[in-house]
Amino acid sequence: MNEPGIWLPQASSEAAATDTILIALLVVSSAIVLLVAGLITVFAIRYRKGSPASREPLPSIFARDVEFGWTFATLGLFIAIFAWAASQNITLAHPPAARMEIHVLAKRWMWKVEHAGGQGEIDELHVPAGELVELIMQSEDVIHSFYVPAFRVKQDVVPGHTERLRFTPEKPGTYHLFCAEYCGTDHSRMIGRVVVQSPEEFAAWLTRQPQEDDLAKSGRQLFVRFGCAGCHEGQASVRAPRLSGLFGAPVQLADGRTVTADDAYVRDSILQPKRDIVAGYDPVMPSFAGVVSDGEIAGLTAYIRALRAPADGGVY
Amino acid sequence: MSDIPLRDVRLETDPHVGFETSYLGEGFSLWSWLTTTDHKRIAILYLISTTIFFFLGGAAAVLIRLELFTPQGDLLTAEAYNRTFTLHGVIMVWFFLVPVIPTVLGNFLLPLMIGAKDVAFPRLNLFSWYLNIIGGGLAVAAMLAGGVDTGWTFYTPYSTIYSNGHVSLTAIGVFVAGFSTIATGINMIVTVHTLRTNGMRWFRLPLFVWAIYATSLIMLLSTPVLAMVLVLIIAERLFGLGVFNPDLGGDPILFQHLFWFYSHPAVYIMILPGMGVVTEVITCFARRRVFGYQFMVYALLGIAVIGFFVWGHHMFTSGQSMYASLAFSMLSFLVAVPSAIKVFNWTATLYRGQITWEASMIYALGFVGLFTMGGLTGLFLASVPVDIHVHDTYFVVAHFHYIMVGGMVSAFFAGLHFWWPKITGRLYPEFVAQIAAGMMFAGFNLTFFPQFILGNLGMPRRYYAYPPEFQVWHVLSSAGAVILAFAYLLPMAYLLWSLIWGKRAGDNPWDASGLEWQTRSPPPKHNFVEAPFVSEDVYDYHPENAPRGSGADDRRYDDRDIAGEKADAAESGRRHRAAETPPATAQARRASKTREPSDGEGR
Repeated sequence: MNEPGIWLPQASSEAAATDTILIALLVVSSAIVLLVAGLITVFAIRYRKGSPASREPLPSIFARDVEFGWTFATLGLFIAIFAWAASQNITLAHPPAARMEIHVLAKRWMWKVEHAGGQGEIDELHVPAGELVELIMQSEDVIHSFYVPAFRVKQDVVPGHTERLRFTPEKPGTYHLFCAEYCGTDHSRMIGRVVVQSPEEFAAWLTRQPQEDDLAKSGRQLFVRFGCAGCHEGQASVRAPRLSGLFGAPVQLADGRTVTADDAYVRDSILQPKRDIVAGYDPVMPSFAGVVSDGEIAGLTAYIRALRAPADGGVY
Repeated sequence: MSDIPLRDVRLETDPHVGFETSYLGEGFSLWSWLTTTDHKRIAILYLISTTIFFFLGGAAAVLIRLELFTPQGDLLTAEAYNRTFTLHGVIMVWFFLVPVIPTVLGNFLLPLMIGAKDVAFPRLNLFSWYLNIIGGGLAVAAMLAGGVDTGWTFYTPYSTIYSNGHVSLTAIGVFVAGFSTIATGINMIVTVHTLRTNGMRWFRLPLFVWAIYATSLIMLLSTPVLAMVLVLIIAERLFGLGVFNPDLGGDPILFQHLFWFYSHPAVYIMILPGMGVVTEVITCFARRRVFGYQFMVYALLGIAVIGFFVWGHHMFTSGQSMYASLAFSMLSFLVAVPSAIKVFNWTATLYRGQITWEASMIYALGFVGLFTMGGLTGLFLASVPVDIHVHDTYFVVAHFHYIMVGGMVSAFFAGLHFWWPKITGRLYPEFVAQIAAGMMFAGFNLTFFPQFILGNLGMPRRYYAYPPEFQVWHVLSSAGAVILAFAYLLPMAYLLWSLIWGKRAGDNPWDASGLEWQTRSPPPKHNFVEAPFVSEDVYDYHPENAPRGSGADDRRYDDRDIAGEKADAAESGRRHRAAETPPATAQARRASKTREPSDGEGR
């Protein structure tokens, strides 16, 4: 990942196009700087006080024509550069319909990535070379900015907005991912890497990842093995709350509080079942602390999450 | 080698005859300074306060560069670093760059240059200094109480919901200082409109006056938007008003539009006065009338107007519509055209001149070079695809420091040295000043040029720790900063030294044109003993031994002015009792011009 020397690698198709404009600007700017600096130097020497060079007044026509000349020359040059640079934007604005969509959630101070197949990554993004990728990004708190210098792309992720960023990675390798919009204390730690792989490697990588689907499946097995199903499902003899549609929903508790059934709530209910008793039920569930591992809790939680929509309740 | 010879042999209007003490001798107590309404004394108050702010902001800059010497965050914690760069930005932008030239040099010189006794509203002038100090005091208090970590841009929703710094107090400080800016703007505009002396036609105004005038227009029209957006921030932070907070139905992007609607024109508030200073200095030390005077005026006004319509180029990556981005991109290219015209005109002014290298000339020519680089890198940022790559990286940091520090601060030093003899009556040591000017140029480039490369390599802004492969460029930059810091301390030392041990300057040590050089150094309380009369074109510099008036190469379209001038002179001759004195003054000046060679030796 040791990219920098003097110029970044061009790891996406956008990089080459941007660099072309950048280098053209560099050439034009250098020429203008050299012209101005050169003229100042030449004049400063030739017309130093007391030098023998001629100080005749300029012909009266000179001033105005020269003035108009360089005004319109500059105007024409700048408009031409603008039009050229703008043409790239207009091309990029009409992308082909086929693209790989990847969801990105930005929050202080990490990037959470979720692939279409449910594979998740943190502060890392794997993408295949040669395919148009579209990131669909949201922020949980403040403005962040997704920046991959080697791709020459950047997109602010503004809370309340859904932002899209498209690029076509080309060169396999590992590149920096930076947060470019100042987001607070650990702004400079909100960095990660983007791994561009050949399509075959990428496909292999995808299958190696634990998917949320898999997690939920194993969670179902645990749900049966630990005996949860005995009370929390259909024809149980003990009355326990049903879990379909529970995840993410508000839960009315016996002591009058209302909590949201999130990861923390599920975890607490497994480990300290007496803490948050659901209104209308008896405190009969035993604690599973020391019985289930953290990984198993994650599996159980994934299963309960998968039961979110009642219609999907019986899938597993 | 003795003293500077008295330059202008004046006849009836010689202020030395009707003796009056200088403005410095009008009172020595602290109270007399704190209650003064003399624009020159207020300028000195501003000089002291902005210098303090400059060194405060500069100290923060030194801390930043020291931290970035190594890739790890070892000198400061992340929190402390964030507070340091916020302090640097807030202090430098609002309490140094925005006020410094208009309130120090503008205050001191604008009435002198147009032949007025004072500004139009002297009490408002003093009041705006107090507002500036109160605002600065509040901002500094916020920094001392623990600081702010939002950056000078106060982006929402970070500033309104998440930041735990003293955002509201800082915002109130900037809000108050904003009214100081507005008051100064009004004062300058009214002064230029109403207090020009006889014969001081609009197209005879020195370009410094035009620059302050254009700047004041921007101040007046844009600063209220800043005040508004700061009030909204405070309201959202303290009372939970949902303007920018998306959870309450607000939109963080609205903040960016409002903020940059002020802050981009504010860039021109900062740079236009610098352009004015540089024009005065270059024309004097090239001994040549400014090339294309009228184009210079139109360029200033053009920048002031177009500058209001380019703010969206700060938001190319914010998710704004592509068509909005392209429109702002084109306008940003357009605003570069008048700037380019100015650069070409400064260069052309040198052509066939009699160039000398006083310290202020070194600063001024340094300004032209650095401003050109800053302006051209602005084109990179104006073109959308390139900006998407380098936005919020060190490329942007380098770009605006080339304009603000390489341009604006160089121009301020050019002006400070150029008018120091007029302000204090003393000459600074020329050779040391030339060394300092050269050091500043070299140190500046070493500090900020590597940052262009860093930015293009993808190094983001506002990182207190960074991947190690960037280190070599950061080390170069930090090394340059050390040279730069020393180069800023040097003038502080020798300018103070010159107050006591400097040679007496005489009224016009540079043999410059312009009304401010026709009164005494330092000027008397009401600037001129008798209201001056202007019968000549501005910048009446001309080649040695050449006939008078041949300095103007663009005479062709000034013919109208000259014809008008005769009528003007005749008319005011009828109107004023002092009718016979102006020609006499002109004669005296003519006499002094031919003595130029011996004057040079006297220096």
